Amino acid sequence: MGKRDLLRGNEVIAEAAIRAGCQCYFAYPITPQAELLEHMARNMPRLGRTFVQAESEIAAVSMVYGAAAAGVRTMTSSSSPGISLKQEGISYLAGSNLPAVIVNVVRGGPGLGDIAPSQCDYFQATKGGGHGDYHMIVLAPSTVPEAGELTMLAFELADRYRTPVMILTDGLLGQMMEPVELPEPIDPASIPAKPWATTGASGRDPNIILSFDLDPEVLRQMNLDLQAKYRRIEEAELRYEETMTEDADLVIAAHGTMARIAETVVRRAREEGLKVGLFRPITVWPFPYEPLRELSSHVSTVLTVEMSAGQMWEDVRLAVAERAATPFYGEMGGIVPTPRDILSEVRKHAG
Amino acid sequence: MQVETADMVKVFSRPQSLTAAKSTYCPGCHHGILTRIIGKTIDELGIAERTVCIAPVGCSVFAYNWYRCDAIQAAHGRASAVATGVKRADPNLIVFAYQGDGDFASIGTAESIHAANRGENITVIFVNNQVYGMTGGEMAPTSLVHQKTTTTPAGRDPAQVGYPIRFSEMIAQLDAPTYITRQALFDTRRILDTEEAIKKAFENQVNEKGYSLVEVLSTCPTNWRMSPIASNKHVADVVTEVFPLGDLVDRR
Repeated sequence: MGKRDLLRGNEVIAEAAIRAGCQCYFAYPITPQAELLEHMARNMPRLGRTFVQAESEIAAVSMVYGAAAAGVRTMTSSSSPGISLKQEGISYLAGSNLPAVIVNVVRGGPGLGDIAPSQCDYFQATKGGGHGDYHMIVLAPSTVPEAGELTMLAFELADRYRTPVMILTDGLLGQMMEPVELPEPIDPASIPAKPWATTGASGRDPNIILSFDLDPEVLRQMNLDLQAKYRRIEEAELRYEETMTEDADLVIAAHGTMARIAETVVRRAREEGLKVGLFRPITVWPFPYEPLRELSSHVSTVLTVEMSAGQMWEDVRLAVAERAATPFYGEMGGIVPTPRDILSEVRKHAG
Repeated sequence: MQVETADMVKVFSRPQSLTAAKSTYCPGCHHGILTRIIGKTIDELGIAERTVCIAPVGCSVFAYNWYRCDAIQAAHGRASAVATGVKRADPNLIVFAYQGDGDFASIGTAESIHAANRGENITVIFVNNQVYGMTGGEMAPTSLVHQKTTTTPAGRDPAQVGYPIRFSEMIAQLDAPTYITRQALFDTRRILDTEEAIKKAFENQVNEKGYSLVEVLSTCPTNWRMSPIASNKHVADVVTEVFPLGDLVDRR
């Protein structure tokens, strides 16, 4: 067992990014992700790496676009209103096949909303967000240690598929402190070569990074290539976790912080003799439709619990179709449902 | 026609750093001259193998096609931020952003000013032709008072849409920039002056002197609805009255 530190989610994501070989970090301050930015400000220059506090979220993601094109591991982070501003750059990253990591420490919305935890950016993260037919891999950690592990993974997947990857978390996980054994730093030699990067056309033809072609035939092919990549990701990168689902009659579907709370609910429900399990997508894009479809044919109810008006609920209903009942329970505006709230919903549907 | 070349001496050719790609610029437009000057400069400094061009959105969106070097096509207005990202990722690269007036001085205002204010060691070429060429001749932030465009059909009315913005003068107020100059291409003398300015702007970067900005007054005969010759005269007689030529900052 390695050394364990008591750290906030935001700090763990920052430190994991450093250990994953992030060379350039660009961001703009916003609550509740400020500790992430501040950790990078303290540590990146000390390591001879780049930290730039950008003039805006748009500038930050554009700097990420440049650094990614130049072939280094790069990241930006923000919270909901800031992520809205980054959508332009995310669309360009996706369209230009550039690897980058974007962290969204979600807060209540819409508009300026508040600074309390929420999951109301699920649609934005998983369905596109910016313009054009694109997706990015979206990883939703439910504990502080997992936030670190998934940040390491995010850089790996970004490089493997040349795609933006989002860590979708919320203010609760960002601010919460837990004992963490930080992941070991990667060996920089393990980062794949990037022969496509704009590193200077020395001894080769020029490399051009772009998401643009005025010829619809060419742009169609660029889109077909993107879609083929998304199918490969769906095939290989689905991640989810099932807890006590073997004999379950009711399954709670929840991601991130909500799944963490739902785990407590599952334990309490079991103490009451209710056969309750948990289905937790870890990749919310690609969403684990097939595993949930399979599971739903053995249960009577899939109860979706979210800190939103029911965004992941749409994906759950797509997966379950008519195989089981699909009730929803959610809170909005930064209200975090308690285990007691969720348990009373479970009792309603389990009995 | 077959030409006998045995006793002929080649005195003029395309710079090595330019490709043979067909230009998409209109006849009489100055972008072509400027592209050639940049190519020639890259040749002279021997930096093609470590140069990265940041192409904007606008008439010069295809800039990535013209140069025999690596290139990145940036979102509208973000070229200076993208250049920042590239330069910070690898300071050995020579990074130049090529931006029009709408890109640099309107939608990219924040990115343009802050890259200059950080003193990023990059070279920015800012082409000011006072109009949005690619989208059909709309008003630019630099359009002259009373200038007729497709969005100011009665002429630019300062009471409604303000005055032409002297962006280089604004950036010249900052402490960080190394070199800021405004040049033009309407006659041979100005073309030679622009060559000198562009070379300085690239040399500054090679010598790690910091941020350089070369604003170049350009023509748009198509959208100005003037002949190329009348367009050149318009720049010389009218545009330079609003946008005076010369160095604004030289802290090398």
